[in-house]
Amino acid sequence: MSTQIKSSIRFGAIAAASLGLGLLLAACQQNPPEATQQNGYRGVALEQVQSPKILAKLAEANQAPEVVPPGDRTGPRASQVYQNVKVLGDLSETEFTRIMVAMTGWVAPGGVAGSDEGQGCSYCHNLNNMADESKYQYQTARRMIQMTREINSNWTNHVGATGVSCYTCHRGNPIPAQTWFTGGGHPKNLADGGGWIGANNGQNLAGKHVGRASLPADPFTPLIQFAETIRVTGKTALPTAKGENIAVAERTNALMNHMSDSLGVNCTFCHNSRAFSEWKDAPPQRVNAFHGIRMLRELNANYLAPLNTTYPATKLGPEGDAAKAYCATCHQGAQKPLNGAPMLGEYPELGAPRP
Amino acid sequence: MAMLSFERKYRVRGGTLIGGDLFDFWVGPFYVGIFGVMTAFFAFLGTVLIFYGASLQGTFNPWTISIAPPDLKYGLGLAPLAEGGLWQIITICAIGSFVSWALREVEICRKLGMGYHVPVAFGVAIFAYVTLVVIRPVLLGAWGHGFPYGIFSHLDWVSNVGYQYLNFMYNPAHMIAVTFFFTTTLALSLHGALVLSAANPAKGEAVKTPEHENAYFRDFIGYSIGTIGIHRLGLFLALSAGFWSAVCIVISGPFWTQGWPRWWSWWLDLPIWS
Repeated sequence: MSTQIKSSIRFGAIAAASLGLGLLLAACQQNPPEATQQNGYRGVALEQVQSPKILAKLAEANQAPEVVPPGDRTGPRASQVYQNVKVLGDLSETEFTRIMVAMTGWVAPGGVAGSDEGQGCSYCHNLNNMADESKYQYQTARRMIQMTREINSNWTNHVGATGVSCYTCHRGNPIPAQTWFTGGGHPKNLADGGGWIGANNGQNLAGKHVGRASLPADPFTPLIQFAETIRVTGKTALPTAKGENIAVAERTNALMNHMSDSLGVNCTFCHNSRAFSEWKDAPPQRVNAFHGIRMLRELNANYLAPLNTTYPATKLGPEGDAAKAYCATCHQGAQKPLNGAPMLGEYPELGAPRP
Repeated sequence: MAMLSFERKYRVRGGTLIGGDLFDFWVGPFYVGIFGVMTAFFAFLGTVLIFYGASLQGTFNPWTISIAPPDLKYGLGLAPLAEGGLWQIITICAIGSFVSWALREVEICRKLGMGYHVPVAFGVAIFAYVTLVVIRPVLLGAWGHGFPYGIFSHLDWVSNVGYQYLNFMYNPAHMIAVTFFFTTTLALSLHGALVLSAANPAKGEAVKTPEHENAYFRDFIGYSIGTIGIHRLGLFLALSAGFWSAVCIVISGPFWTQGWPRWWSWWLDLPIWS
């Protein structure tokens, strides 16, 4: 081969390689440096590498609302002042009013666009008779307050002293932006009318709740609602018995993708991948996540799923089920919902009912 | 030491890069040169330090000895010897001995009037190592992003780094690198099978020539790359595998922080179907 041909081949190879590299970098997020966080012993790569740009956007999107000034805790109880107060009757009158004002801003400041369901106070209340419980929003709100108090008093192993308020999920929307229905919004079959050629077994498309992976689109019904076993990896280095099949493993993978996506973290935030099942080597965040999964199971079973008989049919999912909570409902991309704003500290009214 | 009959003609004086005649000698069959001395120095120092690290760690089990890099808090500064400083010095020793060895290869090439293919190829392997322990840590701002020197521990590092990006198989550069690795083994197996077949004919038949080999592949896949061509192809495939491996790790973190499956959103969001 002549030197000329050789050098032009060399030039072509270098040009193709640089072009490929250039295209790759162009598709990437940004230039270094990144924000890093070490969660384990040095050198085992238990760390988070995060983009400051994405972190700034998340911090911006997860601002806590302005705090309504606290009220006088003394004086007659709300249950004595107002009629039909079943869940916040233990508060003073000013505390009760404070929570009502705050809830209006948290949940229904503008009502639902294009609907006649009302906005502000009238989203839940009949303004002619505030004690009238005929609106489904009124009944739902009562249940949601009970749920909030349950979380703040009995699930401190997940929410700690930070606690939650209505705003943690609602963010000014009457219905929280991130919820799930059975099926995961996935068409049952690719082709209308189904048939074997279009059957997708609830997977194989970019699932919007599972990090846009082609994994099962709804791991929540089996693993959260029906509380089936999530763990599929063995506890020993080599298998000692026949393990779960791949479909079951993919379901777990889908749930983990959802958790990772909801918190903006990677697998090593909770796991040491040397042995996924091992608690001893895992970062402590895994304990928190463990309780979070149990919390979701209880909240969905006792509070959210049973509301399907309260909601109008238009608010139900394709299978006739009520909207349910998962990690993204509160976290919305952040490691700590609302960047860890102390919702319970600012609104002690939402803690355990006072005697 | 006795010398093989043909060995004398390879003992050519000169061609050294630095040091002139000073280190231009052989020890037994091995050429030394200034870079041979440097390789020996760095390799010895590095090995001694690994044993020192093992004694600090309290194990001499070769599987579990681990020289870990510093905590991230030390950034790009020096760490105390027992908290990653050893890793830093051992890394310098490793790069020193690898680069010295490559330059010794250059000197040998010059002595023999060869092209620099061998040192260039080894240089790509060194580049991949330097990417892991220097380029990427510097881009991320801490030596702690390097991998630990231990048989088991470096595997733990690989596993966790993979899971930092949820599923590393979705890393496009990793896909290219893996494809090159597989293609290298495919090409080597085809080539090896062809040579062994040609050189070991059936009883009573003559050893086959390259023309016969060409005819075989022209029959088989319609094309034969030829005797020199297969070696050029093999070199290209192997070096590409190493090069794209370096690319796939250096973009993980410095240029992309989320899961690699998420990177493919550009495909899901193409205006054709989104």
